[in-house]
Amino acid sequence: MKILVAVKRVIDYNVQIRVKEDNSGIVTDNVKMSTNPPDDNAIEEAVKIKESGKATEVVAITVGEEKAQETVRKALAVGADRGIHVKANGILEPLAVSKILKIIVEKEKPDLVFMGKQAIDDDCNQTGQMLSALLNWPQATFASKIEVKDNKLEVTREIDEGLETIEINTPAIVTCDLRLNEPRYASLPNIMKAKKKPIEELLASDLGVDITPRLEQIKVEEPPKRKAGIKVANVAELVQKLKNEAKVI
Amino acid sequence: MAVLLIAEHNNKELKPFTLNAATAASQIDAEVHAVVIGHNSGEAAKKLSELPVIKKVLNVEATYYENYTAENFAPVVIKLAENYSHVVCSANTFGKNLMPRIAAHLDTSQVSDIIKVLGPDTFLRPIYAGNAFATIKSNDAKKCVTIRPTSFDPCESTGGSAPIENIDSSEEFSNTKFIKREEIKSDRPELGTARIVVSGGRGMQSGDNFKLITEVADKLGAAIGASRAAVDAGYISNDHQVGQTGKVVVPDLYIAIGISGAIQHLAGMKESKIIVAINKDGEAPIFSVADYGLEADLFEAIPQFMEELNKLNTIQK
Repeated sequence: MKILVAVKRVIDYNVQIRVKEDNSGIVTDNVKMSTNPPDDNAIEEAVKIKESGKATEVVAITVGEEKAQETVRKALAVGADRGIHVKANGILEPLAVSKILKIIVEKEKPDLVFMGKQAIDDDCNQTGQMLSALLNWPQATFASKIEVKDNKLEVTREIDEGLETIEINTPAIVTCDLRLNEPRYASLPNIMKAKKKPIEELLASDLGVDITPRLEQIKVEEPPKRKAGIKVANVAELVQKLKNEAKVI
Repeated sequence: MAVLLIAEHNNKELKPFTLNAATAASQIDAEVHAVVIGHNSGEAAKKLSELPVIKKVLNVEATYYENYTAENFAPVVIKLAENYSHVVCSANTFGKNLMPRIAAHLDTSQVSDIIKVLGPDTFLRPIYAGNAFATIKSNDAKKCVTIRPTSFDPCESTGGSAPIENIDSSEEFSNTKFIKREEIKSDRPELGTARIVVSGGRGMQSGDNFKLITEVADKLGAAIGASRAAVDAGYISNDHQVGQTGKVVVPDLYIAIGISGAIQHLAGMKESKIIVAINKDGEAPIFSVADYGLEADLFEAIPQFMEELNKLNTIQK
């Protein structure tokens, strides 16, 4: 079984983002970037399945600018076998990314495609579902547990009411929740070894897909700032304020 | 053209967020139709027809619609979409799972999780976990939009009498099978929708000490939250995590105890109506978003807080 894992490079979750002064977007120059956190869970799960003997190959793929390749290299350092980097610049909407991934899936013919449930930059939560729509494959989103059984997966999904279990036939798409596993750290020897693993480079413009954005980002603003509150002297004053001023208890 | 709302329901009752999504749909266009996809779902369709903002209900029934899967639901909506300018549903796990599957088939770039309707094609949505707001204009012929339920008030639920039309089902998708749903039954409200959330951070110092948080939460009928630091330290399970990589909450009252206020935590709670911070470090960033800050040792403050709460005659639930 072969698993393709899609990863995205985003601003690190510990960075306080800044809105550009002209309101055209978010400042990304000289900002620490990392792999989108749930994509780390996706890689981890694929590598674990391979270690259990149920998968033979894990391929990591990213779509994005030159530096996005770092995320593929990181995936190789924690156990992916080889990488694919589809180079594309500018805003990539989930619809465009899923069209690119579809072409790669048709070429690579994986049994499973894993990715994070959502990217923490645009918060769209679309790419996995769109890819499964375009391929007409089953989708298991928000996966917190995956059991591989022959040509099937039993997946436990995080839903608002609790947990849902579904069974999907492969080939299939799984989008991973943070609760799925604990991503490992890359060891230094593995980082060194990863440098020798192959990464195939492709240009999005060669794939014959229209990736022009359909959405116009008119402006990006800071959210309204909270008004500065007050410090209370003691617990009695706090409870009195909550009861009589804020009226929330 | 009209707006099509996808109802979330359990065949008998509408799920509450359907009412919030209906409000948003009616702000896009006054002509809102709603589709119920289910099995023996007549009762849910009837309830939907009673929402005054809904002008027409479409009811689709088949045994394989009894339990929701995006793979079975999407083809129904895709077929209906030709008559509508917008397809709308709530941005909870139901809508997040379903809408992109529809949008991709319609070759539409979806607008996710909107918090405001600025025009029929222009919407406000949070990005970077609410650390920025983007104004987005959709240039697609058909628009697929999911709605953050907590940003729209629920619509009126009675007084309407929209006609109900039964329509044909689509083919079953056989590669996905529903097995079971385990609803977490708890006397405690769910973190994402609770009116009050009491959260603990690394300052709690141990999992045992989280009992103090539980006591306060019990007293207030609140959900229990935690910072990523507390989860990483193993004090509490990660389903309680509030923040950019956990849950985003917007309760009426958020009480942060022993939480310093890392960026990623603030992203998950700073839209709360009233924020209380209890922390012994007066310089902690949490105080910059708190309406009421108490600089105190939490191990002294929590017992006092309980004592003061016990003195109150009534506590809102």
